[in-house]
Amino acid sequence: MSEAVITLDHLEKSFGTNAVLKDINLTVNRGEVISVIGSSGSGKSTMLRCINLLESPTGGDILYEGVSIRDKSVKLTEYRSKVAMVFQQFNLFNNMTALDNCVKPQMIVLKRTKEEATRIALEYIEKVGMSAYVNARPSQLSGGQKQRIAIARALSMNPDVILFDEPTSALDPEMVGEVLDVMQSLAKSGYTMIVVTHEMGFAREVSDRVIFMDGGYIVEEGTPEEIFKNATQERTRKFLSKVL
Amino acid sequence: MEFFKNIFNILGKYHSYLLEGLGYTMLIALIGTVAGLFIGLITGVIRTIPQSKNKAVRVIQRIGNILINVYVEVFRGTPMMVQAMVIYWGFALLTDSTLSLIPAGIFIVSINTGAYMTEIVRGGIISIDKGQFEAAYSCGMNHFQAMCHVIIPQLMKNILPSVSNEFVINIKDTSVLNVIGVMELYYQATIILGTRWDLNSIFGVYLIICIMYLTMTFTVTRLLRLLEKKLTGSKNYTICGSQSDPNAEIRVKEGQ
Ligand SMILES: Nc1ncnc2c1ncn2[C@@H]1O[C@H](COP(=O)(O)OP(=O)(O)OP(=O)(O)O)[C@@H](O)[C@H]1O
Ligand SMILES: [Mg+2]
Repeated sequence: MSEAVITLDHLEKSFGTNAVLKDINLTVNRGEVISVIGSSGSGKSTMLRCINLLESPTGGDILYEGVSIRDKSVKLTEYRSKVAMVFQQFNLFNNMTALDNCVKPQMIVLKRTKEEATRIALEYIEKVGMSAYVNARPSQLSGGQKQRIAIARALSMNPDVILFDEPTSALDPEMVGEVLDVMQSLAKSGYTMIVVTHEMGFAREVSDRVIFMDGGYIVEEGTPEEIFKNATQERTRKFLSKVL
Repeated sequence: MEFFKNIFNILGKYHSYLLEGLGYTMLIALIGTVAGLFIGLITGVIRTIPQSKNKAVRVIQRIGNILINVYVEVFRGTPMMVQAMVIYWGFALLTDSTLSLIPAGIFIVSINTGAYMTEIVRGGIISIDKGQFEAAYSCGMNHFQAMCHVIIPQLMKNILPSVSNEFVINIKDTSVLNVIGVMELYYQATIILGTRWDLNSIFGVYLIICIMYLTMTFTVTRLLRLLEKKLTGSKNYTICGSQSDPNAEIRVKEGQ
């Protein structure tokens, strides 16, 4: 039986009069890898940013393990630490080394001791193949290396869900592979992931479910097979014919 | 010749006055700058609190921001000499007692510097990438934690030149505190001169304190320059070549 981690319930988001998300309904089950595709401006980033509350929704609800995050029993910072985010622009903390990027948030938010946090951070840094660079500062790393550390930072918080917002879009082509490889291995080891991506190869091969967004709605969702081979909606087919 | 003899005379006779003045000037300027920076950081933290969804809290936030703006405008828009008078005599009028002079001087310089620092910090925060805040929030940090651990450390590096500048300005501007009788360097000069009105003495004493001010500002500028260099940090890092052998390191220079 699948267990819902995050549920978006008639989620809406407007910036002023500009309605960006109109009626988003989505259930993310534990261990599931969901790819979100759609043209520019369709609201993909906004949806992710609403999920970890970088934007506050203007309508509908978000449920975390079945409980509305507006419920008084839910502490927002705690919820956020359960929902990790990997950004297009990496956003490593510039004042910290690669290692501290992964250690400090654990100490500050999860109150882990330095020893414990370091042990956990090193484990995940190794997992993303960055052990050699623990002492480097963000400015000394390539884009792909930064993104791998950003992923290690997210993993170090032991999140329930990891959100990826076009994690490879700011990378030079030769570095896209190293980041996608890491993400693929995460998917295999059972992490719950929502990935906004323009990498159709990744969406098709790695994800359990693909979501196509357009104009603030989820227009179509299904297995990669269903979306890429037998899309039922005209808009989905049109989008895919452009990007494939 | 007569002139130099006079200078040595003054130095011999009044060096304790001069050193006391120098000490107080440095003390007031230093504490005033640090406290002012502190005020600037606090207002910076308050100003950047994300807008609350709660209406009442939002009103309080709005009022807080207005108060900060008023504070900045008032203290940047009036001379510190006048502020000193208003605060000192205002306090006397309200309480029928006078503030002790050195704490009063420190208070005035701090609150004046705080207004400038508020603007310096604001500029510094604007120059920091929004992604730094977002990453901190998405890790689960609250606003205060994000500011303390991520934003302010980066900010300090950016604003250090402006902070040094404020310190140097304060060393010079403490001289206006003589209007309320704070025993800083300029006030000591007037004490030393007392009732002596010969041009040689007047020129001599002011020349001496002029050189003393210059010495202070020059030293402070150099020291802070060094600190800036140090904060910019090492441009090298070490690659751990092997996890079992710590000697197997590769040193890397940035920009290769
Ligand atoms: N902070 C904001 N204020 C106002 N409008 C915004 C804001 N953020 C996003 N928008 C608008 O919301 C719409 C959707 O933006 P969003 O970034 O979610 O799109 P996207 O699907 O991620 O596109 P892309 O593929 O280009 O990243 C856009 O029209 C954008 O202009
Ligand atoms: Mg986007």
